[in-house]
Amino acid sequence: MREIHVDEIRDNVAQICIDAAYSLSEDVLAAFDRAIEEETSPSAKEILELLKENARVARVEHIPICQDTGIGVFFVEVGQDLRIKNGFLSDAINDGVRKGYRDGHLRKSVVDPLTRRNTGDNTPAIIYTEVVPGDKLRISFMPKGAGSENMSAIRMLRPTEGIEGIKAFVLDCVRRAGANPCPPVVVGVGIGGDFEKSALLAKKALLRNVGSPHPKLELASLEMDLLKAVNKTGIGPEGLGGKMTAMAVHVESFPCHIASLPVAVNINCHAARHKTIVL
Amino acid sequence: MTEPIKLQPPLTDEVVEKLKTGDRVEITGVIYTARDMAHKKMVDGHQKGEPLPFDPEGQIIYYTGPTPAAPGRVIGAAGPTTSYRMDRYTPCLLELGIKGMIGKGPRGPEVKEAIKMHKSVYFAAIGGAGALISKTIKKAEVIAYPDLGAEAVMRLEVENFPAIVVNDIHGGDLYVAGRAEYGAEEASEDSC
Repeated sequence: MREIHVDEIRDNVAQICIDAAYSLSEDVLAAFDRAIEEETSPSAKEILELLKENARVARVEHIPICQDTGIGVFFVEVGQDLRIKNGFLSDAINDGVRKGYRDGHLRKSVVDPLTRRNTGDNTPAIIYTEVVPGDKLRISFMPKGAGSENMSAIRMLRPTEGIEGIKAFVLDCVRRAGANPCPPVVVGVGIGGDFEKSALLAKKALLRNVGSPHPKLELASLEMDLLKAVNKTGIGPEGLGGKMTAMAVHVESFPCHIASLPVAVNINCHAARHKTIVL
Repeated sequence: MTEPIKLQPPLTDEVVEKLKTGDRVEITGVIYTARDMAHKKMVDGHQKGEPLPFDPEGQIIYYTGPTPAAPGRVIGAAGPTTSYRMDRYTPCLLELGIKGMIGKGPRGPEVKEAIKMHKSVYFAAIGGAGALISKTIKKAEVIAYPDLGAEAVMRLEVENFPAIVVNDIHGGDLYVAGRAEYGAEEASEDSC
């Protein structure tokens, strides 16, 4: 059985926390370029250029892209033939967050929900773990800012409302969010499962490379339809008017009960930071 | 594109009266940071008869919680946070003399009314451009509530800090105007 030491996990997690905060990945930069090309408002184009410049300055001068370096959200796939040595997986991840947020001079934004006392080191992270075939450890990380997270919504639709009901709900969420989640956004939509499964799917949808279509044709086509509709709202970059309200809509689905049609929407800001490593 | 209007706090009625929705401005001088918990503390304190941590007359509040300054740096990333969360405290602060606010996202009806009544102005900075904006900040010092960490009140010295007028004293709202101009549907002012 393959073994991995918790220190290796900790150090790699620390590194992706820092990398994500300072360096936008290629898929997001490419989405900026597409947005600049498609935008029709001159002042909105100018804003999109500024966002590109911000990403460049962040990388070159080593300043975080955004001051909201988020709460850490991790999706972890553990190969069932892998043994974690000298400690627990979740402790190793939290140790990595603690180290990354300290050494990377990132903002500690995690508090007790009632006392509002800051935990001081951005832990605990939110960790979803899945056991999969193989002997690898795949860690996907998203520092999730609250400006976009606060615009999330979930609704239990009637099954007969169907695709039209889903579209209406997604559009309603984007319209109500307006300028708040820092458009051009990425819209994550989770359809089906149950209450919490739909929310988890919506969040997981944001981990995909921005603008990569869903492999299932009917979902890819729904993504296209939703993106077109979202980009007719006029909200535009920073909510100041324009075409590019969203860079992408990502949909994930899961079978659900005959009486249910859960739909969840989770929005990501234009600084759609995400990193994945395989150990 | 017209040249940005240069502003230097403290702002006066005369300066604020001239600002219109959509105007680009560049702020040079001192501004103060405050966000959720600092707003609550300032307003709760005021109701108990305590003074604000700084003289509010004509001053600008910037809704931000920067990342810690790396060694040799003045400040970390320092972009705007979402403004509606401060709405419940804003009318009181405008009454006490605050003239300007910098944030992102639309304000509620009470805030828009208070802006008209007290002759103040709400600016948007570019949300998510925290690296770029930080370069206009030349000095930063915590002046109140250090226990709040990133949410402490800071006195910032800025040079040509870029912002755009969203709400002016004439009732203009750039978010409503922008969406109406480019949207196929009717503009909505709601926020989650």
